Amino acid sequence: MGVDTVFWSKLVTGMTLGFHAIFATLGVGIPLMIAIAELIGVRKQDPHYTLMAKRWSRGFVISVAVGVVTGTAISLQLALVWPNFMKMAGNVIALPLFLEVFAFFFEAIFLGIYLYTWDRFKNPYIHCLLMIPIVLGAGMSAVFITTVNGFMNQPQGFVMNAGQFTAVNPLQAMLNAATFSKVFHVLSSAYLTGAALLAGVAAITMLRKGVTPYHKKALKLMMGVVLLFSLLNTLAGDVSAKFLAEHQPEKLAAGEWHFKTEKGADLILLGFLNAEHEVIGALHLPKVLSFLAFGDFNATVTGLDQIPKEEWPPLLIHYFFDAMAGIGFALLAISLLYFLFVFWKKRNELNKWLLRIIALGGVLAFMGVELGWFYAELGRQPWIIRGYMRVDEAATSSPNVRILFFFFLLLYIVLGIMCVLVLRRLFNNNPPEVEMEKWAKDKRNLTTEEGEHA
Amino acid sequence: MNYELIGISVLWLFLYGYLIVASIDFGAGFFAFYARLTKQDHLINRLISRYLSPVWEITNVFFIFFYIGMVGFFPDTAYYYGSALLVPGSIAVILLAIRGSFYAFENYGAKSSIVYLFLYGASGLLIPASLSVALTLSEGGFIVKGQDSVALDYWALFSSPLSWSIVGLAIVSVLFISSAFLTFYASRAEDTGALKLMRSYALFWSTPTIVIALTAFIYLGQHNSRHFQNMMDLWWLLAISVGFFMTAMWLLYNGRRYGLAFICVMLQFFSAFFAYGIGQYPYIIDPYITIQNSATSPAMGLALIIVFVGGLCLLIPSLILVFRLFLFDADYVKGKH
Repeated sequence: MGVDTVFWSKLVTGMTLGFHAIFATLGVGIPLMIAIAELIGVRKQDPHYTLMAKRWSRGFVISVAVGVVTGTAISLQLALVWPNFMKMAGNVIALPLFLEVFAFFFEAIFLGIYLYTWDRFKNPYIHCLLMIPIVLGAGMSAVFITTVNGFMNQPQGFVMNAGQFTAVNPLQAMLNAATFSKVFHVLSSAYLTGAALLAGVAAITMLRKGVTPYHKKALKLMMGVVLLFSLLNTLAGDVSAKFLAEHQPEKLAAGEWHFKTEKGADLILLGFLNAEHEVIGALHLPKVLSFLAFGDFNATVTGLDQIPKEEWPPLLIHYFFDAMAGIGFALLAISLLYFLFVFWKKRNELNKWLLRIIALGGVLAFMGVELGWFYAELGRQPWIIRGYMRVDEAATSSPNVRILFFFFLLLYIVLGIMCVLVLRRLFNNNPPEVEMEKWAKDKRNLTTEEGEHA
Repeated sequence: MNYELIGISVLWLFLYGYLIVASIDFGAGFFAFYARLTKQDHLINRLISRYLSPVWEITNVFFIFFYIGMVGFFPDTAYYYGSALLVPGSIAVILLAIRGSFYAFENYGAKSSIVYLFLYGASGLLIPASLSVALTLSEGGFIVKGQDSVALDYWALFSSPLSWSIVGLAIVSVLFISSAFLTFYASRAEDTGALKLMRSYALFWSTPTIVIALTAFIYLGQHNSRHFQNMMDLWWLLAISVGFFMTAMWLLYNGRRYGLAFICVMLQFFSAFFAYGIGQYPYIIDPYITIQNSATSPAMGLALIIVFVGGLCLLIPSLILVFRLFLFDADYVKGKH
């Protein structure tokens, strides 16, 4: 009996990407937060913010390490697990892959410098400046790799000739129709998630150990960033939905359980499907889907009836879409609530319930990222390069891929557990107040020493 | 010059770069573990982690850079290597993952433990071994091509003296390059204890390096006479390589000019590595893939070269900055920052 290598290939790649997405999101999002904190620290001369930047960057390195190694895994798996895909698409996607490595290279160099030069420059702004290439490098590598994903969804920039891509225009392939909305959504959600996580951490610490000035400042700063990026992220989601309606109607239709092409289409929330593909127990918002897709309540939205059945994405993605969008709005609501409490003097923005909700928001943000990727990736099944190559034509034929799945599973379990343990050890027994005091003491010792020498 | 030739030369240069920086890294891991076992870790561990901590990520990128460049310039290699290397490649990925993350866990997070150090040291020798399989495959004879599939002939691979000698060469070169570099680094740090220890390691590993290199060369002659003959035609490059090796040994033995000694080691590997690469021309995987028949489309080739030049204009100054801050800044090396 042969092993279903396609199935196991999908599983290996899905698992690796799912695991990598957590750390990749952190890798894009956190540097901006570190940069903001350090800059405020230097400008206001408030050591709390500088300490924030220091502590966050320490935790960040740990997540970068896991991000780097899982990123290495996924980039090699592209060729190891999908050799036929790389053979065909390599001609077109090599440029953004190459650019991504450059961006990452750049980031890696400056991250090494940043971490080891905290006290080496007389002018504190110079150390701040080192964050620019890190934030840019992290952001740009996300941009470049997202263009590759955009290409797989919306292939452009070549001529098809006897089963091969010819007359390749690499730039046109990168700047395909899907790129803008994807890049916008990926970046805004990464910054949103980074901020929601750090706000969540501050909230949990205050719940467990009481309110401190350090955590209060961290929470306020991060909630501000959450508010800003949830607004942008909502906009990005809207841009993405409009892109799908125009260019990838089958993904939108499957996500919305929109079976019949019609004018003034309803938006369907939650619910179930029975065997005859009838929607049961769902919440119908009349004409909203048409409005979301085209900005017009009476626009025609393509339904699945226009799509050959063997090209239907799995209908399960409806739940992913609903949950992802719900989380996006929930994060926006949480940050609005927080600032409402801040400005409305009668309320305490640090009350236990609000802190609990903020802590939950950190977890939700990650779920939102994962669900969004599940929706995007499952939504283009059965294609690997939409319209040109099916997933089952691209996978490796080696039955060993099944065993490797379990090896990688074990690896990710170990890495995940170790990462959590190390981060806990790094922060739990070393609260910021203690560090602050030590810091001040070291400074005093240094000045007295210098005084003795003089 | 056509773009595929520029492409392969650039990639070969990058592979050489990876060979040097990764060897330093892999070897350092092994020495750190070995020194702990022999209770000499107090001498060298601080030195090693001072050098490695700011650069370990950069080392990793060199590898990805080479790999992405390869599938970019020559997409067919992705198909052949990808299909054949599923198992050894995945093992290398897992080892790299363990090594990279545990390095960060130990150095930025938890306290050092012997288990971490063992994983770090052992993987440092297993990774070059598993990566060297790719080089062995390029010699031909290990890949079985079916109707529409490509698979690795494990029996041919494991029973071949050539593949074992290449594995052996990879491991001892790692130890030799690494110890030569750390000798230099210790001398910059003016750390006599570490210097003595690392110098003895460097002198020790020099002999097996040259012996196994010769052995691998002889087996190569039996396995792939075309490649062997091409390399014999480049005898002067090989002679230069041996010349640099002798100079490095002389400097190390007399205990002076360690910086120059390490440069000689680098040049020794540079000339041998390029003799090997030029001799393999025009094949990437003998006999299936040549540089010409696997090259990407001209538009992509040109785009990659433009990006490459632009990227280097950013990278080289940044790398110089890193080296000035962490390698040539005497205060940092001595541990004063």
